[in-house]
Amino acid sequence: MEPNLATSIGKIQLGQPAMLASGILGISLDVFNRIYRSGAGAVVTKSLSSEPWEGYPNPTIFSVNGGGWMNAVGLSNPGASNFAKMIEPNNDVPIIVSLVGSIPEDFATMVNEFKNCNVTAFELNLSCPHVAKVGLEVGDDPELVKKIVTTVKNSTDIPVIAKVGLGTTHYLNTVKTAIDSGIDAITAINTVRAMAIDVETQRPILSNKFGGLSGTPIKPIALRCVYEISSKYDVPIIGCGGISTWEDAVEFFLAGASAIQLGSAIGDNWINVFDDINKGILQYMKKKNYSTITEMVGLAKKS
Amino acid sequence: MQRNLNHTTIVTIEKVVDETPTVRTLYFSDNILSNVLPGQFAMVWIPGINELPMSVMISKESGKAAFTVRKHGLASTGLFNVKSGEKIGIRGPYGNAFDIKQGNLLLVGGGTGLVPMMRLLTHVKSTDNVTVLIGAKTKDEVFFEDLANDLLQHNSHDVIICTDDGSYGEKGFVTDFVEKLINESHFDGVYTCGPEKMMYKIVQAAHSKGIFVQASLERMMKCGVGICGSCCVGEDLACKDGTIFDGNHLSTNKEFGYIHRNKAGILEDY
Repeated sequence: MEPNLATSIGKIQLGQPAMLASGILGISLDVFNRIYRSGAGAVVTKSLSSEPWEGYPNPTIFSVNGGGWMNAVGLSNPGASNFAKMIEPNNDVPIIVSLVGSIPEDFATMVNEFKNCNVTAFELNLSCPHVAKVGLEVGDDPELVKKIVTTVKNSTDIPVIAKVGLGTTHYLNTVKTAIDSGIDAITAINTVRAMAIDVETQRPILSNKFGGLSGTPIKPIALRCVYEISSKYDVPIIGCGGISTWEDAVEFFLAGASAIQLGSAIGDNWINVFDDINKGILQYMKKKNYSTITEMVGLAKKS
Repeated sequence: MQRNLNHTTIVTIEKVVDETPTVRTLYFSDNILSNVLPGQFAMVWIPGINELPMSVMISKESGKAAFTVRKHGLASTGLFNVKSGEKIGIRGPYGNAFDIKQGNLLLVGGGTGLVPMMRLLTHVKSTDNVTVLIGAKTKDEVFFEDLANDLLQHNSHDVIICTDDGSYGEKGFVTDFVEKLINESHFDGVYTCGPEKMMYKIVQAAHSKGIFVQASLERMMKCGVGICGSCCVGEDLACKDGTIFDGNHLSTNKEFGYIHRNKAGILEDY
């Protein structure tokens, strides 16, 4: 049988396994369409909050000497309501709506904003490492994770994903709390809290001083997390963190991910990266005689 | 070690020239930025203040480049206030370049939109007939007139100033003057950079007559490399697909000339 790139993350069905990660390029429906046409299986929106956020002043993004990208954009976004209106005409692109906040009721309100939109899933940002009171600070609080996941699950029949990262609470505990609260899938991981200092001016470069490290340097860490989650829990996993080639993608499948997300790779190789990765995965599947992605998922755990 | 073009490189400002009461040119040494293509930009860090996209200005001295900035918001005022001897960070160059035709060329710049036009002038052929149109509100805000004449001293050329209030040069909007020129003479290429409403009219005027036209777009920018999405114009990313787009492409873009996004990504009318 000819290999097929379709994959499923629990109830979520995608035509291709690579999605656009949250925070990347995600503010216009026209751009979403373009990324979908370039070979992405889905696009994840920027994390939306109940009110519009301007984010931090520049510098907010730059490449790190030695590899990877540093960012502290500060979750700038037009707010869930404005965003829902923008994507309402969408009928073609599988859109996963990322939500961020700290009050469970706000999440319910935001989910409701999208009632007239075609939404493939919601992804809860429990792991942004550079904005106070939300993201990782929420992910680190098991009670809050439980309340938010439960509230969102009670507000919608659409699948709900939790995106976890490396905070002060062990991420495996956050994953367990999310699973116990009814989560449908896990995205692992977010950027890793980090910083860079300019030696000439002797200042942190990011206006926020601290930000998140992404790109190839964090790939082995993300891979380890996916392997650990899939070894410990029976939950669909989306791998995220430094994936830039088809080999990286396959590594994540073998570690237990059913799909992957790309972000920094777009900064390095532009949006052709989706097509390149799709082609590479197909060739690998042919060579290894797999007809579906699912056949590969978690194979590295056999030994 | 090879320089990481996406990481900030610190340069020292060597000279500051006042162009008008609100516009300054800051010169520095940098081999990479001194040789960028016409239209390319850099992300400029003013330590402790902000970072903003700036078209790279030419310098007469080799190995040097400059930024010409109008004080306006927090970031541009921060750059405007940088003094000789102080340090700024640069990363890039980013963006595409003008596709320079040969023959009769028309360049239209408004305000600091003249910066890429000056670099474009350093790439024209001596056989080209070049018209430069400089638009300004009033006499005090006119700059680069002498520079344009100087750069074109070996060409058949015309540098025309339009002021809204008629205090210098021709009276009226530069867009009206462009329409007049296009109706009177044949052009092989029209190039423009400046306020978007101005560029929109110029692109329409030229494109509707089948004339090759390119405009350099300005948008809110954060990364400069096509990750953050802040600078999207319809399905285009100004930083990665542009900043220069031609008339064919722009005439199909629903947002050009009408809307842009603010820092939160909310659509705002021009």
